[in-house]
Amino acid sequence: MKNVTTPPDDLLDAPGDPYAESAGTGILRGILRRRSTIVAGGFLALLVLVAVLAPVIAPYDPNVQNVLQRLRPPGSGHLLGTDDYGRDVLSRLIHSARVSLQAAAQAVAVALVIGLSPGVAAGFRGGWLDAALTRIMDALMSAPSLVLAITIVAVLGPGVTNAMLAVGVIMAPRFFRVSRATTMDVRHETYIEASIALGCGNLRTAVRHILPNVMPPIVLVTSVSLGAAVAAEASLSFLGLGVRPPAASWGSMLSTASSNMGLAPYLVWPPGVMIFLTVLAFTYLGDGVRKGMLRSRSASGKGE
Amino acid sequence: MTARQQEADARPLLEIRDLTVEFPAPVGGWTPVVQRVSFTLGQGESVALVGESGSGKTVTSLAVMGLTGVTGGRVAAGSVSFDGRELTSLPEREWRALRGPGMGMIFQQPIRSLNPAYTVGDQIAESVRRHLGLNRRAARARAIEMLDLVQIPRAAERVDDYPHAFSGGMCQRVMIAMVMACNPRLLIADEPTTALDVTVQERILRLLRDLQEQTGVSLLFVSHDLAVVAELCQKVTVMYAGEVVEQGTAADVFFRPGHPYTSGLLAAIPKPGLGTGRRLATIPGSIPAPGLWPEGCRFHLRCPHREPGRCDSVRPDLVPAGPSAQARCLRVSEIDLQGVTVA
Repeated sequence: MKNVTTPPDDLLDAPGDPYAESAGTGILRGILRRRSTIVAGGFLALLVLVAVLAPVIAPYDPNVQNVLQRLRPPGSGHLLGTDDYGRDVLSRLIHSARVSLQAAAQAVAVALVIGLSPGVAAGFRGGWLDAALTRIMDALMSAPSLVLAITIVAVLGPGVTNAMLAVGVIMAPRFFRVSRATTMDVRHETYIEASIALGCGNLRTAVRHILPNVMPPIVLVTSVSLGAAVAAEASLSFLGLGVRPPAASWGSMLSTASSNMGLAPYLVWPPGVMIFLTVLAFTYLGDGVRKGMLRSRSASGKGE
Repeated sequence: MTARQQEADARPLLEIRDLTVEFPAPVGGWTPVVQRVSFTLGQGESVALVGESGSGKTVTSLAVMGLTGVTGGRVAAGSVSFDGRELTSLPEREWRALRGPGMGMIFQQPIRSLNPAYTVGDQIAESVRRHLGLNRRAARARAIEMLDLVQIPRAAERVDDYPHAFSGGMCQRVMIAMVMACNPRLLIADEPTTALDVTVQERILRLLRDLQEQTGVSLLFVSHDLAVVAELCQKVTVMYAGEVVEQGTAADVFFRPGHPYTSGLLAAIPKPGLGTGRRLATIPGSIPAPGLWPEGCRFHLRCPHREPGRCDSVRPDLVPAGPSAQARCLRVSEIDLQGVTVA
């Protein structure tokens, strides 16, 4: 009775199922199950590739003007036509992908920095820190976002980086709220208590044990926010607060196109369609990630 | 052996005296949840803390771990001394060094006690790297060794699995491995088998007993299951409504209970072979919530032996009941209580 010689039976029932490999592959599989997610992800991967290889694949220099060729319709020589300075629209579109994606990444990075760690801190510590940070974020959220962005850009001066700083500040409350709420949820889990019971300090508990469990919803917010940032950059550039000429972004191309609507209506389509598709792709990707995570959680959550 | 060493040997590992823990009341102020609890636990001993849900067992054990603040409460009075060291006033820094190598705790919900974001190996390795200063490789070896010790087959392979790939019983083994990896001197087990089915429960208990034999770790075992306690512990402390109502050796408490509550708990253990027609014995009523404890003896409303005019007005103290037991009952010498009967 005292000496255990036979392996206990409860060890034999668990593994052997497909989810036994690791949490990572399980979630990835769940995400890739949806066709819309694959299409959206594929489109975005292609877009990133185009952005990285822009100088190689663009048929013309995007900023070289050729007044003799101005406002040519799509077709011979210029696949998508030329704009009012005779610049090749396709080349500008390709280079704009670079600007737009980079700008979106900048904005979301800023939002992550301002939103995530205060959110975890507020959710973990609670009390006056939580109250103070939440008020600040509420104040940010209550300001009309475009007006706030224009104000920030007016103070810092125009340019993509400044504009995206503004967009990042505007998006930060979303990251804050999600990370705060998730942290408050995770904080009461037994494994957090267990980690403290094993001698982890506050910082270590927050960074090592809470943060990884806050990341799944943050990944989702990040994806959706990237789409929103693309649209925000386009709006600000359309208003002339983003990229500075002659460099192009989808927003500024749309702006040029709108002033030539009467002469060259075809100029509106390329940047418009790109903005539309990119925002849509980010949204679908975020949605797919969310559903994928739900699926793998429910499939492997034997405990609940 | 020097006099000093002798003193150290005679000294209990854990000594709790008059511990009172309070939690914020919904209406403001503080409500005591555990009141004037005292008991001791010697080196290598196993002591059970038993009682219904809500009697204050878990709150007491969390106070020993210094986790009262984490759960929102505060230690209002009393002392907890561990190996001669007062813990209630210990600064957080020293607590961190004590949790792990000094004392460890396993919880009721094994699956929820493991962080889903890390492999079990990483989780075991984390504490040994921190406390024993092992490098990555040595910590991993230690993790495998510990998984082996808690009888997880193919430990070298399973070390890289995530908690969701383990069943409840295995998660509890992993949890035990995690806690025992730092060689603690005191292991607190808060209803470690409640969430597991009976056959798994039996194996976890056997594992705990084996580990105790091998390592000499002291065990504070929190449970509401008296049958489990009888298997594992030498001493028993029974709690009711935030206070100790009876304590003594397991034999005393089980065979010669001094408090009607203990006797009632023992009678409520289902006995096999008595047929299905019989009703199970129960204690009528339910445990009063903290703050709503009645005057006099806190158990008198549910007690079959209560004496009107006395039990509902006089607060009983812990008085000797039998050779090595104490009970908090005014009528301890007047009533004859039924213990466990050996068939």
